[in-house]
Amino acid sequence: MADEIKFQKRVDNGEYIEAKDEMPEEYRRHLIRQISQHAHSEVIGMQPEGNWITRAPSLRAKQILLAKIQDEGGHGLYLYSATETLGISRDELIKQLHSGKAKYSNIFNYPALNWADIGAIGWLVDGAAIVNQVSLQRTSYGPYARAMVRICKEESFHQRQGYEIMAKMMSGTKEQKEMAQDAMNRWWWPALMMFGPHDTNSPHSSNAVKWKIKRETNDELRQKFIDKTIPQAELIGLKVPDNNVKWNAKTNHYEIGEINWDEFHKVINGHGPCNKQRMNHHKKYHEEGIWVREAAEAYSKKKLERESLIQA
Amino acid sequence: MKKEEALFKYLLRLADDSLILGHRLSEWCSKAPFIEEDLALTNISLDMIGRTEALLTYAAVVEGKNQTADDLAYRRPEQNYYNHLLCEQPNGDFAFTIARQLFQSTFEFFLYSELLKSKDETLAAIASKSIKEIKYHLQHASDWTIRLGDGTEESKIRMQKAVNELWMFTGELFEMDEIENALLKSAFAVDLVPIKIQWQNKIQQILTEATLIVPEDDYMQTGGRNGIHSEYLGHLLCEMQYLQRAYPDAKW
Amino acid sequence: MGKDTQLNIWEVFIQSKSGLPYIHAGSIHASDEKMAMQNARDTYTRRGEGTSIWVVPSSCITASNPGDSEMLFDPSNDKIYRHPTFYVMPEGATNI
Ligand SMILES: [Fe+2]
Ligand SMILES: [Fe+2]
Repeated sequence: MADEIKFQKRVDNGEYIEAKDEMPEEYRRHLIRQISQHAHSEVIGMQPEGNWITRAPSLRAKQILLAKIQDEGGHGLYLYSATETLGISRDELIKQLHSGKAKYSNIFNYPALNWADIGAIGWLVDGAAIVNQVSLQRTSYGPYARAMVRICKEESFHQRQGYEIMAKMMSGTKEQKEMAQDAMNRWWWPALMMFGPHDTNSPHSSNAVKWKIKRETNDELRQKFIDKTIPQAELIGLKVPDNNVKWNAKTNHYEIGEINWDEFHKVINGHGPCNKQRMNHHKKYHEEGIWVREAAEAYSKKKLERESLIQA
Repeated sequence: MKKEEALFKYLLRLADDSLILGHRLSEWCSKAPFIEEDLALTNISLDMIGRTEALLTYAAVVEGKNQTADDLAYRRPEQNYYNHLLCEQPNGDFAFTIARQLFQSTFEFFLYSELLKSKDETLAAIASKSIKEIKYHLQHASDWTIRLGDGTEESKIRMQKAVNELWMFTGELFEMDEIENALLKSAFAVDLVPIKIQWQNKIQQILTEATLIVPEDDYMQTGGRNGIHSEYLGHLLCEMQYLQRAYPDAKW
Repeated sequence: MGKDTQLNIWEVFIQSKSGLPYIHAGSIHASDEKMAMQNARDTYTRRGEGTSIWVVPSSCITASNPGDSEMLFDPSNDKIYRHPTFYVMPEGATNI
């Protein structure tokens, strides 16, 4: 108990907790759950965008999209590394993903159906992620905070490239405009759901806030996203698919209609359009890679043995 | 054949190799054996597509018909693509991808080392940027060839199989025709005869270190340099060119 | 299926400009030092962040124990004579 008070004092003082520091077991467990979920989201998130790499419509678009998805892989890697400092291996984390014990962001269970989806994902999904990630740069666990700083630096182009695609399509042909609006219609609500349930219904929030693993509440973050995104949509002529959107001059915030939480829970419980597909993809290529990883290890073992023979 | 025409075709040959192989590598995204390798393959792909852009931009200038690099990449039909058959072969397993890269990157290493001296300044400038990237690709592919060849029993079998199956596409790398000969005279292009020997020596050295067997030269496939491809290229282009062809008036 | 492996962990240190110190960038997985070097390059220097890289197997790093930190670091807090500002210079002295 004394230890926990001491620990809380450190957190309250704004100190960063490092890997070898003493920490409450519950703090460690919470971090592993949160960071690994974040890592898995980055990695699974490569799939919907990856669906368009081979069909990107210009050499420029192809390079941007590839570099963007590569960044997401990198983010997954940084976050797996941060989780590993808590004493769990990447191997184990992937097992948890495959068994369903670990989750990833719901948003990636939706399909990327037309080229404007690539715009919508960058602009809305990365846009929502950034709001969350910026606040996590000051999270109390050092390795997590440092990973977030690096990630936020890299994220800065992601949202812009997405918005650029949307803007270009909205000033393009009739079909392009239709594609852009269609993508907006399908991605807007799931993007809002990315922030999680309303604060009143959020199961993991209280400890996380106390420990500064979560710096702002779901609703606060969601509101930030709504306030900055609606004007961006209007600027390029996209309609927000919500008839209840209105500006509240008193609060200086936008108000929106009710989020469909039934859909949110349906997708979380595995019934989104792509849950199975995403997981099967990950398992398939993880398994197909086993012989490669084993070969690499076997080779390095042989090499070490040979070197020690020479030295002897 | 006029010199511009020959140069245009020569540039397309170089560009198509890097575009088609770069495209194949991009198909690996989210499918590599582990994340670090995913990033590595994407990096190589990005290098190759970047090189394509430089080459096609220059090709469009040489052609002088007001086309853009994207027009050349996304509106050109299959029979006007001149990449090596090697580059369009599907990814197969990781060993297959590595063997394909080893053969092509070794070839490119010697080719671009010579192109550095091309009398065509633009081409020489593109080569001087590309050669740094190619050195890295070659390093990556040869390291993996050795790891897989000298790794486990399974990886050795897979690597040897990949080398054997791709071998018939390596003869085409060194073909010279009137286009190359014409450009060779003005010291724009590269003589592939000495490069063949350099390539063979380097491949021999790497495969030996990987404890693999160098296949015997048997029947060699040909056709890519003249637009006669395997069935795979049509599907690749179908996918790659889909948006540009489905919405010809749109700008992306 | 055999035992799965995600290869070993390596720590990556990057020098951003020649002459500057190497700074810990993060870690990567790799099975040998060549692969570690390439993976570090592909992961941490994609935006021109580096001119030089060190990679070290994580298992080779010894970290100080948080429990020892008072013993290790507090004693240096009062050795103010190690800092140049501790000394009083006569008025008018320059270049010192
Ligand atoms: Fe990300
Ligand atoms: Fe992102």
